[in-house]
Amino acid sequence: MRLPVRPLTPGTATGAPLRLRESLSFWGGFDAETGAIIDAHHPQRGEVLTGRVLLLPAGRGSSSGSALLAEALRLGTAPAAIVLGRVDEIIALGAVVGEELYGRLCPVVSAEGDLPELGASTIATVRSDPDAGRGELELG
Amino acid sequence: MSAAAPLELTAEQRAVREGEAGAAAALAMRVVCRMAGVAGARRLRPIASAHIDGCIYFGVSMLDFAARLVELGARVTVPTTTNVGSIDLIHPELYRGPATTAAAARRLMDAYLAMGCEATWTCAPYQLRARPGLGEHVCWAESNAIVFANSVLGARTERYGDFMDICAAIVGLVPDAGLHRDENRRGEVVFDLSGLGEGLLRSDAFHPALGHLVGKEAEGEVPVIVGLPADCDEDQLKAIGASAASAGGVAMFHAVGLTPEAPTLAAALGGATERRRVEVSAAMVRGARDALGAMPPGTALDAVCVGTPHFSLTEFAKLDAALADVDPAELVAPLYVSTGRWVWEEARRRGHLERAERLGVTVVVDTCTYNTRILPEEARRAMTNSGKWAYYAPGNIGVDVAFGSLRECVLSAAAGAVVREEGAWT
Repeated sequence: MRLPVRPLTPGTATGAPLRLRESLSFWGGFDAETGAIIDAHHPQRGEVLTGRVLLLPAGRGSSSGSALLAEALRLGTAPAAIVLGRVDEIIALGAVVGEELYGRLCPVVSAEGDLPELGASTIATVRSDPDAGRGELELG
Repeated sequence: MSAAAPLELTAEQRAVREGEAGAAAALAMRVVCRMAGVAGARRLRPIASAHIDGCIYFGVSMLDFAARLVELGARVTVPTTTNVGSIDLIHPELYRGPATTAAAARRLMDAYLAMGCEATWTCAPYQLRARPGLGEHVCWAESNAIVFANSVLGARTERYGDFMDICAAIVGLVPDAGLHRDENRRGEVVFDLSGLGEGLLRSDAFHPALGHLVGKEAEGEVPVIVGLPADCDEDQLKAIGASAASAGGVAMFHAVGLTPEAPTLAAALGGATERRRVEVSAAMVRGARDALGAMPPGTALDAVCVGTPHFSLTEFAKLDAALADVDPAELVAPLYVSTGRWVWEEARRRGHLERAERLGVTVVVDTCTYNTRILPEEARRAMTNSGKWAYYAPGNIGVDVAFGSLRECVLSAAAGAVVREEGAWT
């Protein structure tokens, strides 16, 4: 299944998809050392985001979320790609700065609405090219 | 899905991006322009001031970015204040973490001063003497400051993240998008408090609990709160906003009759009809309060923390009044108050600190107890009157949280265990 998405930051990445049931603030909600969700209020606390294609309904909370994502890119614990339900500038900014500082890409895209159900999908690919205005999520 | 219409830069802005104002300004402009693309902005717009959140140390990447800007000769071009750092620079001995982290945190704070930022080190820049006015465009980071600026001051800022804050301060520009634009400031979801009793509406723990509820229910829409008492003060609006931003990413709310863009419900909705209405019940508010920390009475506490966001002068006066009720008993659980250095000095000048200091209250400035290592290592259970502290402390510093009013916090610190005054909550 291929879905058009809005490209926010560039890159192509593949990984096992993980769909979060609630929004997440990377700061205070994510440990950049381990890649795990640490938000005590999040139903998926403990899930490790490293290397996953993360489907995230929305960002939330702290302005430091961008720093945590940039730090995760530095440490190699970041998600492979992030598919947002709606645009979150703090998350996109983390990917932009991770690229500026370390040349590491985490494509961030927005589905601009409801995120797809994963069904039996075990692998997902995000292709994102903001300059060309092209973005795609492929679930397989 | 195609991209939005392209960003149009002026000749001067293009020149900055191409490096004519130096390499630091070029890097900052590149980040601002890329974020304009994310926001779908057609142009950039000037800002009057900025507030930097990126000065608190959460990892090497933050220092890498600030150090690169300093190395390239970056200077801010608009008045720029600083949010909390990881260290209390006036009482550095309060930090209990590794010396290497303390040194890195201090280097990060120094880097922002080297770029021309003012050493305010507070998450409540709206408590400083100069604050933005109605309709003024600013670039503020720090989620509680953002929601206060938009909602209570009527200034205009998007939800900016670390790194973007300093980039915007360097070039003096932000994308013309989001809450900078009228059409995105209209209220969408109405929270109707008419079903709540006067006692609950005036209870001290009500506002953080309401904020938590609003944050959870808002789902990205701009909330309009109808039915807050006319004398609801800035401390209470601060508490609502901070909780709503933590629980739900709320960057702006209207409180009809209180906030400047909401003289009436119709004005708050900007002429549109409400999309959704939430009839707030006492049970919903109690549920939100319990979600923040429903530790039962009598549970032993290792610490009590207030001042998130930073304590105001009026909150210091309220703390002093609450402490008067337990004076001269010693506090069994250590009580920490986080505040800005200016408010701390002014509170001392006004005599609000004499009793607190005599009873052994620890005042923390420049930083905050929930995001750096200040509590004793062995602290496992802590009480707070802050929805934001209650939300983040379990993940950040590994404590279980009891949430209650300021007075309950003081009584609990005196008892060394959770004390509840149910009053209007039962």
